Amino acid sequence: MAHAYTPGLRVSSHATVRKLRRLPLKGEVAVSLGDAVTRDQVAARTELPGNVTSVNLVNKLGCTPAELANYMLVKEGEPVTAGAPIAETRPLIKWFKTVVDAPVTGTLESVSSVTGQVILREPPNPVEVLAFVDGQVVEVMEEEGVTIETEGAYIQGIFGVGGETWGKLRLLVDRPSDAVTADRIPGDCAGEILAGGSLIEHAAIEKARQAGAKGIIGGGIRDQDLRDLLGYDLGVAITGTEKIGLTLIVTEGFGSIAMAHKTFEILEGCAGSEASISGATQIRAGVMRPEIIVPAATGGSEHGEGGGADAGLSLGRQLRAIRAPYFGRIGRVSDLPAELRQVESGAQVRVLEVEFEDGEQAVVPRANVELIEE
Amino acid sequence: MSEINVVVATDCGSTTTKAILIEKQGDLYRQTYRGEAPTTVEAPFEDVTRGVLNSIQEVEELSGRRILDGERVITPASGDEGVDIYISTSSAGGGLQMMVAGVVQSMTGESAQRCALGAGAIVMDVLAANDKRLPHEKIERIRQLRPDMVLVSGGTDGGTVSHVVELAEFIAAADPKPRFGSTFELPVIFAGNADAAPEIEKTLGATTALTVTENIRPVLERENLGPARQVIHDLFLEHVMAQAPGYQKLIELTGAPIMPTPGAVGEIMQTIARRQGINVIGVDIGGATTDVFSVFDQLFNRTVSANLGMSYSISNVLAAAGIENVTRWVPFAIDEADLRDRIKNKMIRPTTIPQLLEELQIEHAIAREALRLAFVQHRELAVGLKGVQSERTLSDAFDQTATGESLIQMMQLDLLVGSGGVLSHAPSRNQAAALLIDAFQPEGVTRLAVDSIFMMPHLGVLSTVSEQAATDVFARDCLIYLGTCVAPVHAEKAGSACATYEVALPDGTHQGELKAGGLHQLPLATGETAGLTIRPVRGVDAGAGPGQELKIPVHGGVAGLIIDARGRPLQFAADAGARTDQIAAWTRALNLYGD
Repeated sequence: MAHAYTPGLRVSSHATVRKLRRLPLKGEVAVSLGDAVTRDQVAARTELPGNVTSVNLVNKLGCTPAELANYMLVKEGEPVTAGAPIAETRPLIKWFKTVVDAPVTGTLESVSSVTGQVILREPPNPVEVLAFVDGQVVEVMEEEGVTIETEGAYIQGIFGVGGETWGKLRLLVDRPSDAVTADRIPGDCAGEILAGGSLIEHAAIEKARQAGAKGIIGGGIRDQDLRDLLGYDLGVAITGTEKIGLTLIVTEGFGSIAMAHKTFEILEGCAGSEASISGATQIRAGVMRPEIIVPAATGGSEHGEGGGADAGLSLGRQLRAIRAPYFGRIGRVSDLPAELRQVESGAQVRVLEVEFEDGEQAVVPRANVELIEE
Repeated sequence: MSEINVVVATDCGSTTTKAILIEKQGDLYRQTYRGEAPTTVEAPFEDVTRGVLNSIQEVEELSGRRILDGERVITPASGDEGVDIYISTSSAGGGLQMMVAGVVQSMTGESAQRCALGAGAIVMDVLAANDKRLPHEKIERIRQLRPDMVLVSGGTDGGTVSHVVELAEFIAAADPKPRFGSTFELPVIFAGNADAAPEIEKTLGATTALTVTENIRPVLERENLGPARQVIHDLFLEHVMAQAPGYQKLIELTGAPIMPTPGAVGEIMQTIARRQGINVIGVDIGGATTDVFSVFDQLFNRTVSANLGMSYSISNVLAAAGIENVTRWVPFAIDEADLRDRIKNKMIRPTTIPQLLEELQIEHAIAREALRLAFVQHRELAVGLKGVQSERTLSDAFDQTATGESLIQMMQLDLLVGSGGVLSHAPSRNQAAALLIDAFQPEGVTRLAVDSIFMMPHLGVLSTVSEQAATDVFARDCLIYLGTCVAPVHAEKAGSACATYEVALPDGTHQGELKAGGLHQLPLATGETAGLTIRPVRGVDAGAGPGQELKIPVHGGVAGLIIDARGRPLQFAADAGARTDQIAAWTRALNLYGD
């Protein structure tokens, strides 16, 4: 197959970013085409059907399901109030009367003459989709959602946890190889997005969380620390809904890995600006990577969202090794042999030759590199 | 249909679409050429036929046969042009995802699960009247899931109506939405008590695309899974596939119904087991899921372990198995934190491959655990019917055999087939053999094989149009025989004598004493057969019964004859250092990774 390498993550200082903001169910779009929107503005809203509660009335009333209709005080489709009666028996002696109250407020959805079960539905839950980024509405999908476009810096991370949030971006270190340690977390970082160089240490995350930071970005994290942070071992990379107090994004991977120079430089250049970030990651079926968007008043030299690196492998292209023994190292393609080569594991695979930044030459399986956009 | 001489078949996987060409040569069908291309279900293409045509085009280029006329498959074959039929399977877009429901979890619930799994589905949840969840929890769960289809069973014919209707009421209240397409109605199959059908129709008929079919458990003593499975296949085509990008075009291209990939694999395994009169276990270990198939005494079972796999789900293997169970297979000491980071890095960059030997050994350790756990799950479901009444005499009261006994009898297993990248593309075939033996722990005499290029799905769907063609190709081109594993069952102390053996190999007769804990490899090439005699000591069973001599012909393969005297289940040294030495010894015995 032609594409045996991993297309790179998108990292750009000036990009046109389009964000689809879609409702989970059909509803109402709250903005119009061409509107300028802010990140915390409602773009669309809908109502999710309310929770359902079932009550087995025949057990409570001591009747058969077929008789149940005679005892109902409320008809299908009518409203019910928690604590108010919905059914009662009519014995000759009033003293033996059994009354059943509604456990919730809502509507009576159905009464079954087969099972004697009554279904009550609570009022719908309103859901709002916010704009997430400052920008302009460039597309409206009636009843479904909108697309917001913005110009600015755009960085895809490799993995994240936690949902969408925003705040002022603050750089914590001087070099991409500097770790994010607890002593580097400032006490006055409430509401901010903190960015560091390489490893984000567990103590640093804890301190940032306690100080009220909205997000933290770094090159890598140890799996052990992620497990401590989440409280469980993450099995499948589908994230974004964790409630851990902040959003975490790593740009390179697991372990202590320096952030790519270009990523670091962009973050450095955006320090002090407002950033929108999302930790949502989904590796399988419709790949989704975490992202950092820093809208700017000017710019816009690149277009489109995602993708990237589609020019393919060619001599001189910059790349990063993404697996041992060269994991994290950056270099340039120096040769692209066509024939399969045997690597140390014994496998016959397609390889490329790379010259790393320090001049070292190596042979690497094509599957184990990621292109870096320049 | 007129005679079939040339067939092109594709399997549309999540990432790759694989095409094979099958041609009749003399009296035999052979697989001659293959091609592959990236699957094009997702953006930017959103048309599965692009990948299909690309893969067929590769076959055209390699074979010199013109198969396509633009976007049309040329049929029938004439000279060097066209094919007699084009067939396909598909698991793209996450395959077929189903939710099933039954009244009693261990009875109709399990039958419904077996029915859906056998049809090739992933079962997202099993809803049952006695599943210990409160009504609102059940409804909430149904709402959260977005299945492609729901199968409702429950009640033997003439049995309970109210419990089945109650399940339907929960489903109606939840109003579940299908995964694909926001406009079409969710397909629901009712295969339960026939007496409940009118009420089910009343409850679900208006809001879902309801199909009523024969009861999957008409009486407790018998399962009737065929009709419901057929309905699942039909609805898969009509509803699920029809919603997926480009499938309408694909349906028009094919000359036989498109099957879900695992359904097709099940089909070929049943065909082979029936025609050869053997018991078979097959496993397909992928990046996200692991499927296990078994046919014992013609009874077919399939399970899918949705979160056990070698890339997307690799981290879940670690979580499910525990770090100790993974590291016990690694023949060197490794730091736990480092191992965890490596596994997570594979999860987030699933297409990378091991460059270092050490990394390959770690992946093989994880594969053993993924296969082992998937087989544990398979054993739990591949059981006899539960809830069956049996006559018991007074003497039986002391013999506590329950219904629901395992159908998997490892001593009766004839053939163990593996497929999936880690097995089919292992740098050495000995490695594939070792993974299968360590994970499944076959007992007695068992042949081992791998599906070289994952051709079983194609052959499964082919078997529905030409059983002869499918079995010819299966026997000659599909499998690479690894050899035979001979494993006497014992729990003897390491080093103690457990059997003597004698085997007439092409290079002369080998004989010797088997010591407990030993592992031996003898050369016996593909196509060769040797007479084996094993004389186990008292209490040790080589296949003829405890202490009984076994004389049997054994078949060769690329990994030869493997005599595994390590006992069952495998015993690991308690001490970490001794355990590393033990694994290193096993590794050397089969020459798994060179020097």
